Amino acid sequence: MNYEAVIGLECHVELNTESKMFCGCPTTFGGEPNTRTCPVCLGEPGSLPVPNRRAVESTMMIGLALGCRVAPHSLFHRKNYFYPDMPKNYQISQYDLPLCIGGRLDVEVAGTKTTVGITRVHLEEDTGKSLHIGTTGRISEAKYSLVDYNRAGIPLVEVVSEPDIRSAAEAQRYVAELRSILEALGVSDVRMEEGSMRCDANISMREPGGEFGTKVEIKNLNSIRSVGRALTFEIERQRKALEAGQALLQETRHFDESSGVTKTLRSKEEAFDYRYFPEPDLLPISATADWVSALESSLPELPQARRARLAAEHGLSVEQAHAVGASVASTGYFEGTVAAGANGRDAAVWMAGELGRALNNAGVGIQDARVSPAQLADLIRLVGAETVNLNTAKRVFQMAFESGDDPGVIIGREGMAQVSDEGALATAIAAVVASNATEVERFRAGEEKVFGFLVGQVMRETKGKANPALVNDLLRKVLTTGGA
Amino acid sequence: MSELWQLSATEIAMRIANGEISAVEVAEAHNARIEALEPEINAFITPTPDIARAQAKAIDERRATGAPLPPLAGVPLALKDVICVDGVRTTAGSRILDAYVPPYSGTVVHMLADAGTLLVGKANMDEFAMGSSTENSAYGVTKNPWDLARVPGGSSGGSAAAVAAGMAPIGIGTDTGGSIRQPASLCGVVGMKPTYGRVSRYGLIAFASSLDQIGPFARNVRDTALLLNAIAGHDPKDSTSIPDPVPQYLDGLDAGIDGLRIGIVKESLSEGTQPGVAGRFKDAIETLTSLGGEVEEVSLPSFAHALSAYYLIAPAECSSNLARYDGVRYGMRADAPTVSEMNARTRAQGFGDEVKRRVMLGTYALSAGYYDAYYGKAQKVRTLVIRDFDEAYQKFDILVSPTSPTTAFKIGEKADDPLAMYLNDLFTIPSNLAGAPAISIPCGLAEDGLPVGLQIMGPLLSESLLLRAAFAYESARGPAERPPL
Ligand SMILES: [Zn+2]
Repeated sequence: MNYEAVIGLECHVELNTESKMFCGCPTTFGGEPNTRTCPVCLGEPGSLPVPNRRAVESTMMIGLALGCRVAPHSLFHRKNYFYPDMPKNYQISQYDLPLCIGGRLDVEVAGTKTTVGITRVHLEEDTGKSLHIGTTGRISEAKYSLVDYNRAGIPLVEVVSEPDIRSAAEAQRYVAELRSILEALGVSDVRMEEGSMRCDANISMREPGGEFGTKVEIKNLNSIRSVGRALTFEIERQRKALEAGQALLQETRHFDESSGVTKTLRSKEEAFDYRYFPEPDLLPISATADWVSALESSLPELPQARRARLAAEHGLSVEQAHAVGASVASTGYFEGTVAAGANGRDAAVWMAGELGRALNNAGVGIQDARVSPAQLADLIRLVGAETVNLNTAKRVFQMAFESGDDPGVIIGREGMAQVSDEGALATAIAAVVASNATEVERFRAGEEKVFGFLVGQVMRETKGKANPALVNDLLRKVLTTGGA
Repeated sequence: MSELWQLSATEIAMRIANGEISAVEVAEAHNARIEALEPEINAFITPTPDIARAQAKAIDERRATGAPLPPLAGVPLALKDVICVDGVRTTAGSRILDAYVPPYSGTVVHMLADAGTLLVGKANMDEFAMGSSTENSAYGVTKNPWDLARVPGGSSGGSAAAVAAGMAPIGIGTDTGGSIRQPASLCGVVGMKPTYGRVSRYGLIAFASSLDQIGPFARNVRDTALLLNAIAGHDPKDSTSIPDPVPQYLDGLDAGIDGLRIGIVKESLSEGTQPGVAGRFKDAIETLTSLGGEVEEVSLPSFAHALSAYYLIAPAECSSNLARYDGVRYGMRADAPTVSEMNARTRAQGFGDEVKRRVMLGTYALSAGYYDAYYGKAQKVRTLVIRDFDEAYQKFDILVSPTSPTTAFKIGEKADDPLAMYLNDLFTIPSNLAGAPAISIPCGLAEDGLPVGLQIMGPLLSESLLLRAAFAYESARGPAERPPL
């Protein structure tokens, strides 16, 4: 039997507003436990919520960027359940009247485009964080638990997709694209490792075009990689079960990062009844047409448009445009390099190659790159002017990235400039011909492939600084004319 | 010469401003009165004589510098123990908050301090404002100053009894279904529920958020108007607070009611109303007519369903509002091996029976599959009540009814019969559902020698009109009877 996966994602995004959703406490990450709290976000008796206008606007902007309709009237609801890290034992969230409804997000995997429907975008408050002291770190076996409410009340946006995703790769692409949109909007730090973006996945299997199968929810995937790993595992698990004729259970599962498997968290029978009802402490939100259109016109360039523009303006390939346009910072770096005189395609190649590698190795973002766009442009220019050859330039780049020194300075200091002086090269070639008589003979007997070896020897003789094109010319002349 | 504790708020403020008496003298007179009567009345959960004394001293010092004094300078005040005061134990009448000391003060607390009032104590109440007798307080029942064997009404019974007994000339209560007006009626004082949103709820420990409203108690209408002016106004900390400017409630207070169209709510004249209450209500109608009021009966059919709707909406909201009392952050914590066990035990030991009853009712009303039939339907009734009122106010300026169907009942009489207890709120609940203002003023004594209250209701933000009508009636009838204490 042939099965296809049916996947829908719910992504939670912490907004980067200065203050929390319903009080004036700061939202900055970290801090001593329970120092960024007040009567409101601690749920002290008698305290009342006041909505953060900026958070409401950010949510509307996310909706607009995803092609949603902003609802003229929306409501906050209370979602009731007991958990120690939730100060009021209810979460102020949205239910049947969310801020934004009905949008779309296009994702492309291996040249195939898919449109994923967006069901809704809504706004709620985040919870605090529990720390369970005991052997397993889980609440059931804890000796005692501590709660930090610094995060409680930070505005949290939930983006819910339609079950339009068909593979783990598509899901990863969807999350990456969503993240890139949020980054372009500037509404969130989208740092998954700090928990400012996390996803739940709903997944079932069916025969292509057939009825939906039993739905399983995987909670709290906190990186794009985890989304891919968890879904890959879960698809296989469900496929095997179905092929073995076993029924699947409707349940909530948890992805274990270390073992790479999903495990049962709770079954459907244990599902909560959240007893949603309209939050009586807050008024309905009325989004006037003027308000919405003002926000719409303030939307920045979004990733899809940005990639198309980069490709068109600089003749980049689809892959290059994706890589260069991956983030606002990356686009800025690229455009800075081009503005400093580099050719767009050269800049894209360097960014995808040496810069990407260096950032990866150092584990830092492009905003922390120690080679500036102007310095990269300079290096590209030096290669073009044959001041350094490409291999040397790559070494210079690495040294510049490590030391923070200017590439031009490094070339001068280390004597790495390309040798194009014919006299100097002739000396080196003579030396190589003299000490590799056998190879010279073989070449002259018609064995062309030995030529590369001899060029390499000349490059070695010049410590890699020789102009390779010139070496080629001169060496061939010497070998064929029998001179030297 | 009257004793200091017999003076009205208006008189006290005037005499202090004139230098006839000092605020400290006033504070001490009331502190002494409280000390003397508390063993019998139990109007307070936490008397705060030191706070009153310190605030009085500050008023006297301010007067000595010649600086102008605020309108209620040196006037003692009883504050229902459901409003948070920074650093002062605030229990909401519950064992679960027995040791709770809030880290902040409610907005009205700041406003009352700015107005110059002296806090003499945190007044007794039914637990989390759920009740009509103060019998649900974890701190013992408050006795009615008219008859110590009877309840003062509730849930703001402590504030009403304190004002009636001369422990403070003014008090603050909260009214979710009649919790200011019913005890005002049973204790023979004036009590008013303002328009929902007129007074900030920030710092008020919530019972039912969409119905709760803070309001004044006093022994006369003028003091009520003064106190309302001290607490009314927009508060950015309460999203449901009304931004409209607050009028001066004393302005035009004595303009009379000649030509005012007054509707008698027909549904309040049923046989369930005590004869003595019906009699005094009839007398009141005659007085209003003699003052030029154009009186006519009006039917509000939805009144019959208001009580049922209220007992779904209020418990539903309370079930959520009271979820935070779980032993994790503040208040009582029971010992238990696991977190959820600790939550359950804390709530089992910390909450009284009536609170548990309503939390369970509300949890059920909001449950999946029952929401539409209960909570959803109750909200529709609420819309009908609002529509009935709107229609009535096409023809009438104000509506009147008895405040409560009966006078004060005996302690224990209805304690085991929640449904009989709920009927106390029959006439007061519709105003809460509509968010509209209403006032209760004394209108004489029934055949049992106990006070009866006249309720005057009006459309949204009609506080000035209600106070004017109440003032006209009070002036015509003369000062209210005082309890024999
Ligand atoms: Zn806060």
